[in-house]
Amino acid sequence: MDPARGTDRHDGGSGPWPPPMAGRNDGSAPRQGAFHLYWRLVAISIRAQAQYPGSLLLLSAGHLVVTLLEFLGVWALFDRFRLVRGWSLAEVALFYGLVNLSFALAEAVGRGFDAFDRLVRTGEFDVVLLRPRSEVLLICGQELRLSRAGRFAQGLIILGWGMSSLGLAGRPEVWMRLAWAVAGGTALFCGLFVLQATIAFWTVNSLEVVNTVTYGGVETAQFPIDIYPSAVRAFFTWVVPLASLNYLPLRGLLRGGDPGWVGWAAPLAGFLFLAVSLRLWRFGVRHYTSTGS
Amino acid sequence: MTCAIRAEELRKTFRVRETASGLGGTLRSLLRPRYREVHALAGVSFALEPGEMVGFIGPNGAGKSTTIKILSGILVPDGGTCTVGGLVPWERRVEHVARLGVVFGQRTQLWWDLPVTESFDLLADIYRLDRARAARRRQELVGRLDLGPLLDVPVRQLSLGQRMRCELAAALLHEPGLLFLDEPTIGLDAPAKLAIREFLRSLNREQGVTVILTTHDLDDVEALCRRLVVIHHGRLLFDGDLDGLRARVTSERRLTVDLDGDLDPARLPGVTVVAREGRRLVLAFDPATVSAPELIARLAALAPVRDLTVEAPPIEEIVAGFYRGLDP
Ligand SMILES: Nc1ncnc2c1ncn2[C@@H]1O[C@H](COP(=O)(O)OP(=O)(O)O)[C@@H](O)[C@H]1O
Ligand SMILES: [Mg+2]
Repeated sequence: MDPARGTDRHDGGSGPWPPPMAGRNDGSAPRQGAFHLYWRLVAISIRAQAQYPGSLLLLSAGHLVVTLLEFLGVWALFDRFRLVRGWSLAEVALFYGLVNLSFALAEAVGRGFDAFDRLVRTGEFDVVLLRPRSEVLLICGQELRLSRAGRFAQGLIILGWGMSSLGLAGRPEVWMRLAWAVAGGTALFCGLFVLQATIAFWTVNSLEVVNTVTYGGVETAQFPIDIYPSAVRAFFTWVVPLASLNYLPLRGLLRGGDPGWVGWAAPLAGFLFLAVSLRLWRFGVRHYTSTGS
Repeated sequence: MTCAIRAEELRKTFRVRETASGLGGTLRSLLRPRYREVHALAGVSFALEPGEMVGFIGPNGAGKSTTIKILSGILVPDGGTCTVGGLVPWERRVEHVARLGVVFGQRTQLWWDLPVTESFDLLADIYRLDRARAARRRQELVGRLDLGPLLDVPVRQLSLGQRMRCELAAALLHEPGLLFLDEPTIGLDAPAKLAIREFLRSLNREQGVTVILTTHDLDDVEALCRRLVVIHHGRLLFDGDLDGLRARVTSERRLTVDLDGDLDPARLPGVTVVAREGRRLVLAFDPATVSAPELIARLAALAPVRDLTVEAPPIEEIVAGFYRGLDP
């Protein structure tokens, strides 16, 4: 191999090689922004799900019924004890509703990461890496899971019931607080999906660990976390900050005592968790090994 | 000094989990996994100039696909460096792949359930292509690859040959200056292979696209690539043209004659009989021992010759001979 060969041809030429992409838009066109692309991609998945509207409806309705039945269990508990550590059923309904809304949204939006281990096992992630767009955007765009509308509706129904029982339903400021908490909670659960996806770069056997935290966390955070032992409380406050999506925003509201900003600031923890998870994910991408043929 | 591609001492090792057999073995490997190291690339270096078309050949597991994946920014090597158009692929992935087209014969880049035309539309958005320009480019590719009748067909309904033509168009919509093809003709029938070769040739000659091609089909290399690179056990064993490889393996030539009479080949010194079919005789000889004109003159003196050709052995035999020389 002769490194000098043919260089005259290039050095004599003009401009860099390869030339900048020729057909490229100057970037000013808004139609090719990240959101535009996200919707273009997600529309494919929506169309695919809409091809079987019956099964989509059934799945959503099934989800709604099952999760409502779950809440029936909570109701039975309160029917016997009235209060659990001083919390009433209507108050717990708010905790319950916030977790389920957050988790339903995360499962709908973060499905690509939730199912990411398949892309690693089959090597299909190769194709994602060949496209000149953010990997995160492309993975998120793979699927928007509509059937999670069932869990979402359940969360909304229970939250609405709790709000009206407590006489809070007419206060827009409270709704805004809760919407912000749901946003933070969605980010947090998405962060867990991203972590689970990150682990898949090294092994596909330990995925269950994160899964346990995710589903266990959903179950746990359906109640105010002060009813749990302090170790559980510490874990869900400082490691996986589920407390930030309902306990901290609601404590001040229902019990008073906390300064107002705590409830507003707490959901930021969810976004921080997601940001850290994404950093780890980027590190994981460098360890992607693809598959042999 | 800018090369299109410069790779230096690329190394890549995979850790593969050993799977033991039987229930006991499965349990044991769950508790204490054992790993085996596969040295897919053990130091590979080469350089490519803009406008070249190079064929990478080598037996299964040689490291061809691993090389392509590193050059594409999919894999990060364990050692060595490479730059493609001045960029390190895995460090500037997005910029890098925006100028690059890649086709994997065994993996689709189209949307399986969508009609071809919708895949093209999506790619135009993904690559942020200018609308008018993308439409023109697309029309050109549809014409050259004869995709007109396929545009409205969902990808999963295409035959392999049809799909491969669509994959090529998809990889070229954004007018990349560089194209990597990993086994693009695998599993295709002869007409499909010919169509793809013809297209690649014109792409390289007329548009100056730099191409790296890995293949099992040596006819691809012979038809398309002036330069070929042989990879074996993760090492680069040969880099040059076909004549150079031939010279490394054998200097043998083949003489095929159609005779009008009988001939006892034993009366010709320095030849061996490769095949004999009726009155057709294929003889192998070494030009260093006996030159072709000399051999032909002697032959003509012994029997009336109707027709004759002198050739080098076919590429399959050359490469097989080369591999044989490697594995003792
Ligand atoms: N993702 C992977 N994980 C484990 N081993 C791999 C992986 N990719 C390739 N290999 C191994 O590395 C070697 C080279 O593979 P590859 O580059 O695909 O060869 P080729 O394309 O020349 O057939 C083979 O032994 C193959 O089994
Ligand atoms: Mg291969």
